[in-house]
Amino acid sequence: MNEHASANKLTANDFATDQEVRWCPGCGDYAVLKAVRTVLADIGARRENTVFVSGIGCSSRFPYYIDTYGFHTIHGRAPAVATGMLLANPDLDVWIITGDGDGLSIGGNHLLHILRRNLNCQILLFNNETYGLTKGQFSPTSHLATRTPSSPGGSIDNPVDPSRFALGCGARFVARGVDTQIKQLVEVLKAAHRHQGAAFVEIFQNCIVFNEDVFEGFTAKANVAQRQLQAEHGKPLTFGADGTHALAFDPQSLGLKTVDVSDGAQPLIHDATNHNLASALARMENPDFPMATGVLYDNPGPVYRSSTADQDAAGAPRKLKDVMRAGLSWHVGETPE
Amino acid sequence: MGPHIKQAAVQERKTAETVVVRFAGDSGDGIQVIGSQLGLASAMSDNDLGTFPEYPSEVRAPVGTTYGVSAFQVHFGGRPIKTIGDEADMLVALNPAALKTNLDMLKKGGLVLIDAGSFTQRNFDKAGYAASPLEDGTLDDYQLMAPDISKLTMESVAEIGLNKKASLRCKNFWALGLVYWMYGRDRQPTIDWLDNKFAKLPDVAAANVAALNAGHAYGETVEAAGYDVARIDMEPGPYSFVTGYEALAWGLAAAAELSDRKLVFASYPITPASPVLHTLARLSDIGVTTFQAEDEIAAICAAIGVSFAGGLGVTSSSGPGISLKQEAMGLAVSAELPLIIVNTQRAGPSTGMPTKTEQSDLNQALYGRHGESPVPVLAAGSPAECFEMAIEAARIALTYMTPVILLSDGFVANASSPWALPDLDALPRISVQNHKDADDFNPYRRDPETLARSWAVPGTPGCEHRIGGIEKDFASGHISYEPENHQKMTDVRADKVAGIAKTIPPIAVDQGDANGDLLLVGWGSTYGPISRAVGNMRARGCRVSHLHVRHIKPFAPNQNELLDGFKQVLVPEMNSGQLVNLLRVEGCAHAEGLSKMTGRPFQVSEIEDAILARVETSNE
Repeated sequence: MNEHASANKLTANDFATDQEVRWCPGCGDYAVLKAVRTVLADIGARRENTVFVSGIGCSSRFPYYIDTYGFHTIHGRAPAVATGMLLANPDLDVWIITGDGDGLSIGGNHLLHILRRNLNCQILLFNNETYGLTKGQFSPTSHLATRTPSSPGGSIDNPVDPSRFALGCGARFVARGVDTQIKQLVEVLKAAHRHQGAAFVEIFQNCIVFNEDVFEGFTAKANVAQRQLQAEHGKPLTFGADGTHALAFDPQSLGLKTVDVSDGAQPLIHDATNHNLASALARMENPDFPMATGVLYDNPGPVYRSSTADQDAAGAPRKLKDVMRAGLSWHVGETPE
Repeated sequence: MGPHIKQAAVQERKTAETVVVRFAGDSGDGIQVIGSQLGLASAMSDNDLGTFPEYPSEVRAPVGTTYGVSAFQVHFGGRPIKTIGDEADMLVALNPAALKTNLDMLKKGGLVLIDAGSFTQRNFDKAGYAASPLEDGTLDDYQLMAPDISKLTMESVAEIGLNKKASLRCKNFWALGLVYWMYGRDRQPTIDWLDNKFAKLPDVAAANVAALNAGHAYGETVEAAGYDVARIDMEPGPYSFVTGYEALAWGLAAAAELSDRKLVFASYPITPASPVLHTLARLSDIGVTTFQAEDEIAAICAAIGVSFAGGLGVTSSSGPGISLKQEAMGLAVSAELPLIIVNTQRAGPSTGMPTKTEQSDLNQALYGRHGESPVPVLAAGSPAECFEMAIEAARIALTYMTPVILLSDGFVANASSPWALPDLDALPRISVQNHKDADDFNPYRRDPETLARSWAVPGTPGCEHRIGGIEKDFASGHISYEPENHQKMTDVRADKVAGIAKTIPPIAVDQGDANGDLLLVGWGSTYGPISRAVGNMRARGCRVSHLHVRHIKPFAPNQNELLDGFKQVLVPEMNSGQLVNLLRVEGCAHAEGLSKMTGRPFQVSEIEDAILARVETSNE
């Protein structure tokens, strides 16, 4: 279907396909696509060994635009299809592309199970707090009172937070990125790829048609410094212009509090292997706290492998013929040999 | 034993061509174990046989209740055995509830063996008997043996020193020992099995052997009715005493070997399909991967992912679970990926009767998807067919790049019979290669003969491609919403499935002439009763034949022609007429149905009656 560069090192453009990208002009998905192509080039991804798997929704068109293997499946089921691919061939580099409706509503169950099983893959959940492809109904991440065609009086469903959900499911890698913060997003995706096991990345993605600027509060240029905390492992958890504010442990709430560094307060240092800290960071919301982005949690654990490989090494080799003759079996007439 | 209990008349040893023994007892009595042991011992005594277990739905129902009764029927003898037997010659009922729920399966004049020790007022109450069935005339039409099996078992194992509960647990083997004496079965295979099974608990093995021997000795002492059962000359070779689910699992594993692909079996637990998963889960050392998914949808989607990556993806369920898989089947149809979907049917709709059998998902298999999405459908009615059709399903799926539905049912899955093991090395290979040539690769370029698309798998340089459930352009495989293209793609998907018929061998009658007055057409697990009934009626001079359909979509290419050679066509099936409707639609206007939906298989006599009614009419 495509021409292939013979050079050893592929560039971001080498991962583009001949298909016309069909997202709305100005959609945040374009920036994410660019970031992913950059990451693939930077990590030296092999086209033939890489698979992008998606469900249904705007973001799930993604595989058509990456020149690797790709499978655009059915609504919510990409994690299950990806699981099968990895069972058949654990050496594949599998990227799952999903959205807030695809991954947390119709496919919430599969997201739960791929995370707790810890299959080796990257899961990119594009969160735009709306059902874009079906024309703007409220989604499981829409904040309360969101007015949409299916909630004209405002939505009454409490929203779910994707990163908190992932941590609760037992994910060993949870990160957040923003479509307009490409530099950070590229680093977050590379960290996700380095992580052995299921790596979950929530990407705040602006839907300019149905939910424009819903993340403006912490993503607009003017708000980033005060309202967003970009966590990095081993570095102080500071925010505000020139890092004037920081997070500190609050013994009273068994949680976090914000402190003024200029008052001499000691900022917490980010430890991405600390589940309690990651959970506390994921729980922070504007306006009382900054929104945390970056790698919140990165603590590898045992990766899911089918039992075949282990047991291959274990016992004496048996064949199907032996299996069929074991158990309640006998021979009529003279036994050959 | 009280004076009111009739003792079976002491008789000389008689002969019998075939015998049906039905064991019934509490679900904790070990009924299934002794049933399968009688099966094994009969196979070792040069008998053909068929067996079928009936479990209660409850995991551990209260002891002594009718809904906690477990049963196992064994039909053995000196001619080809095709059914589990319409009626039992002997019923072993280890408690009153077992008697109450199983007496209707015993033929009039048949023998009942009960454990007098368990026939107490308390157990009568639990079983819902107002008075003792031993005294109220319930058993007037039957012969009765009523030893106190509980007490005799305790005495026989006393020396071994197990506690009372463990000792009493041996009473199933005491009853089995008596049955062995009556029908001349060799105890040694069962003794060997016990020694092996309880290798780590030698006292338990010894106690069960002691009980088996005591029951056997009792038969001799009281001179219970003994039978010399006819023997059959089995073809030489290796045999296994298998269930349909085992043979189906092995067929899938064999298909993976024959096609040189990794078998990944993705399934979610459901009755009665789970034993296929259990069987394959124990085969990881021969390269089989099983995946217990979070739900039915995940199971089929994982299997589709397996196929995308080049493996042999298989999913399995029963009717309600298959319903959940239907959307994903559409994806496999559209993406044109190989996939096997096994449906072990049960009585529905909804939860229905999960442990009871039915063939009512044929329409679901044929039509249960959205859009125009033709899928080949196969059916299996015996362990041998389960094995063969699992391989056939893989051949079709891989050769034609299509999902395939294989229908089994609760009866064929759980019934067991001796099976002459096939020579795996002699089976034809399924040589379907993945596309590896990067030059001008197009995933939707079709083989002109099979219409299968090119199958390149991840890991193949230069063949990277993107597919999905969106309609594809016929020429390029890219997304297309063009009206004419959709017509063309819809047609080619249908033509591809219809074209499978070209590689299906011509179908022939199983018994009887290739034309005549009456043809019985069956599919799946009705094979046994139809075959026996047709055989019996032919022996009585009726012009009746039997055709058994294994390929349901598409049919074998000569099937219609064959049906046209009969004045009448009768289709017995455990549904309201699903195959017969299909036959009519496909051109056999004179086909009529014979329906049964009780959760139990057809009896031979039911089919014989239907034959008699029709053949007589046509002779007038």
